Amino acid sequence: MNAPSRFSWLQRIAALALLVSMLGSVGFAVGYATGVSAQFQGLALAIALGGLAVAVVIWGKFLVRQERVIDLREPTSSSWERNDATHALEAGTEQIGRRHLLSRLLGSAFAVFGIAALFTIRSLGQNPYPQLFRTKWTPGARLVRENGQPIHREDLVADEIVTVFPEGFVGAADSQTVLLRLAPGILQPASDRADWSPSDYVAYSKVCTHAGCPVGLYRSAEHQLLCPCHQSMFDVLDRAKPIAGPATRPLPQLPLRIAADGYLRAQSDFHEPIGPGFWERGA
Amino acid sequence: MIRRFVLWLDDRLETASFASHAMRKAFPDHWSFMLGEISLYSFIALLATGIFLGFLFDASDAHLTYHGSYAPLVGANVSSAYDSTMRISFETQAGLVIRQMHHWSALLFVAAIVTHMARIFFTGAFRNPREINWIVGLTLLLLALGAGLTGYSLPDDLLSGTGLRITASVAMAIPVIGTWLESLFFGGPFPAPQMVERLFFTHVLLLPALIIGLISLHMAILWRQKHTQFPGSGRTELNVVGSPLWPNYALKSLGLGLAIFAVLAILGGFFQINPIWDYGPYSPSEVASPSQPDWYVGWLEGALRLGPPIEFHLFGHTIPASFVPGVLFPLLAFGVLYLWPFIERSITKDDRVHNLLDHPIEVPWRTASGVAIFALFLIVTLAGSDDVQARVIHVAIERLIVVYRVLGIALPIVAWLVTFQLCRELRARAIQREVGEPSVVEFIRSPNGGFEEKQPTDTA
Repeated sequence: MNAPSRFSWLQRIAALALLVSMLGSVGFAVGYATGVSAQFQGLALAIALGGLAVAVVIWGKFLVRQERVIDLREPTSSSWERNDATHALEAGTEQIGRRHLLSRLLGSAFAVFGIAALFTIRSLGQNPYPQLFRTKWTPGARLVRENGQPIHREDLVADEIVTVFPEGFVGAADSQTVLLRLAPGILQPASDRADWSPSDYVAYSKVCTHAGCPVGLYRSAEHQLLCPCHQSMFDVLDRAKPIAGPATRPLPQLPLRIAADGYLRAQSDFHEPIGPGFWERGA
Repeated sequence: MIRRFVLWLDDRLETASFASHAMRKAFPDHWSFMLGEISLYSFIALLATGIFLGFLFDASDAHLTYHGSYAPLVGANVSSAYDSTMRISFETQAGLVIRQMHHWSALLFVAAIVTHMARIFFTGAFRNPREINWIVGLTLLLLALGAGLTGYSLPDDLLSGTGLRITASVAMAIPVIGTWLESLFFGGPFPAPQMVERLFFTHVLLLPALIIGLISLHMAILWRQKHTQFPGSGRTELNVVGSPLWPNYALKSLGLGLAIFAVLAILGGFFQINPIWDYGPYSPSEVASPSQPDWYVGWLEGALRLGPPIEFHLFGHTIPASFVPGVLFPLLAFGVLYLWPFIERSITKDDRVHNLLDHPIEVPWRTASGVAIFALFLIVTLAGSDDVQARVIHVAIERLIVVYRVLGIALPIVAWLVTFQLCRELRARAIQREVGEPSVVEFIRSPNGGFEEKQPTDTA
């Protein structure tokens, strides 16, 4: 048993802690009514709760008699009832199983019901396919900025980069595209894409082919587009092929043309599905 | 007064016989047994703060113009979800502190579960008869991860929106059903307008209901099987020694809970977390750089960064590069953890009932395996912020990725070997301390070729 002096000491500390706790609670209430900062509220709450904690712990550790109890474990398994249970289960199952035809039909009926119930899952979301293979880009669609302004041939200088959408679909996630203007003559387009990049303008889908983040960073010295999520890098001068990071496919290129009025337009939609890969995408 | 209540209740429910045992139930006194309690108390904090937030949050994708008191964003086009989170943070009395407490509680909840499971693992507490509770506990960890992910995605800010975008892409990487799975959960191809409402329903009803159900099961099984305990004087396989539930243990545990709430209040008041006003509202064509998720998602993020850029093709179908690190790796990791009690049983052939715990050094290969698993998770988690590290230490990120790829394979192996050897030596030393120096008998060869046993002399 503790010496009485220590006992009363601890009791005094506990009492003090409870008083402090009450102060904290009052402080929180007053602070709430007068509208103080989150820091003050947090501190007041912590004092209210912390004071209680100190008192209760002192109480539990020192002010009640410290007892040691020994619980005997009963075995976790039953004894003779095990056989009874097994028999009861087997006998019951046997009675059901004896009617072969009926028990099989029962199983089948449940299975068929389960499949029928699964049909309702279809209502939870739309068919994903049309949107996976097409974007909002159509032949002749003008390229517009996020504020809806169309882009004229003279608008961008070399190494300037801007996010564009098809006119009328600003903000459409699947159609976001990066438009770059390169220094004259740097871009040597492949023969199959010879007329896709008029006046040194080139456009690629902004949706990363790895995990779908916007490929938002441009290293102009290296002519690389960089995805800030998983650091895939794409070579702007070579079909936006991935040169580092986890991406496996180039960013799809949007074929551009410049109309007689000088505005940039899409020749067509992207020629392949944009964004991260999926099962039905094909090879 | 108490007596009348006990009798009244017993007359109706026959509770006294249970209660008389329960009050005297033994709770072992060891600090590591508090880790599970910390998980429980942080969950209670989550419920309390979550109920407050649930009344004030508006889970809607409807867009409006921000007119709140945070000046830099006035005039911005934001969703109602974002707008109401801003209102909770800036215009609601005690809103910010409670919102931040909620977030901190979630971080603590997962951290406490992980350390609690580590204690269970390294002391062999998952062995017969506690395999079921190991599985229940691991499922609780998964549910906690799901609740965390759906929770911090709710405010519809730029950071969490990017996280959702990645989650949707990983879901789409699942062969055969991926695209449908993504569409059925989110309501359509990402970003679907119903997303916030569905995440809200998942976060405030579906997952908490499952978590409450499984916590109840977890505790019921614990109650039935009684606690494990470390070996020691008077402690055997057939008993449990500890403090009685009433009043000793109840007071100490209540004190622990209150202390945790106090710490959470300090964190919520002073340590800013998830400042959505810094990130801005979500817009699919924008991204925050660097973008870092909550700590417990870091391993998935890191795995995606380290995964090799290889896409498979199967009968004209595509298996995207993120399938292996984003789907297969987590499935394998959790598969091994789920099966661990049975894997260990098949190796040791030990199916006896164990109520006494192992000291980690007593079973070197298990401890080594656990440390190796932690090493792997550490590396992939660190890789999840490789861009930040590259910027800080001025190393090309490509190099850092190579380093992490090598470490991801090498460190678990090295950690296994080192831990294994260390445990064996510590164990040998512990045994030595217990039984004393092994007695060595020396022989002396005499000049004529014979041998003679040396007489023991004190060599102090």
